[in-house]
Amino acid sequence: MSAAILVRVQTADFDVGAELARLEALGGGGVASFTGVVRGGGGLEALELEHHPGITETMMARIAGEAAARWPLLGVTAIHRHGRLLPGQRIVLAAAASPHRAAALEATSFLIDWLKTRAPFWKKEHFADGTSRWVEARAEDDAAAARWEGGGARTGETAER
Amino acid sequence: MAIELLYFARIREAIGRSAETVSPPAEVATVAALVDWLAARGGGYAEAFADRARVRAAIGDGFVGPDAPIAGAREIALFPPVTGG
Repeated sequence: MSAAILVRVQTADFDVGAELARLEALGGGGVASFTGVVRGGGGLEALELEHHPGITETMMARIAGEAAARWPLLGVTAIHRHGRLLPGQRIVLAAAASPHRAAALEATSFLIDWLKTRAPFWKKEHFADGTSRWVEARAEDDAAAARWEGGGARTGETAER
Repeated sequence: MAIELLYFARIREAIGRSAETVSPPAEVATVAALVDWLAARGGGYAEAFADRARVRAAIGDGFVGPDAPIAGAREIALFPPVTGG
């Protein structure tokens, strides 16, 4: 199965409905998605996302390609914003279309876990009192990404049989 | 051998620049040795690389570990662990 892979890095917002409709048009079964949104509270005024422009898209495409190699997917979409974002605004979209729901759901989970730990983005929090701080990488994110280290799909292949 | 270095996030801010060209001596053969050599400059460099466990690197378009050789690398990026998604 050859998957339609779409990867974008941009400052602009994205239209989740349009992106999912594109995946739905690939033939069904099912489409799963994860949308990351800036978490407010704690006096957070804005989130600034820095990235490594020379390699970000290549690395995201590699992650999307890895998902397509592990699960029987019709399409994979990964969109990540950079620049200054406000609480409630979208940061990232990870989505997958597959004839089988388990593959779509698991591939989506894999995509966001690896985007968090293997794509070159860094978040800085700006607070209403004028202070700012770089977000520290979390051990839980590394643990979540490590779940997929084995190389194979976990149950997506099983669902095929 | 001239190498273009790129710095990101906390490391970029501590050093005070986003890129520079350096020519380390031949005995600086790995990413870890490059970081040691840079940190020895003191000031913002020492601050940027104070915690070696929080330094990551990319050569070309792939992440590499501290033992990766730097021979032949034209561009090396140094940055903290990523926090996207």
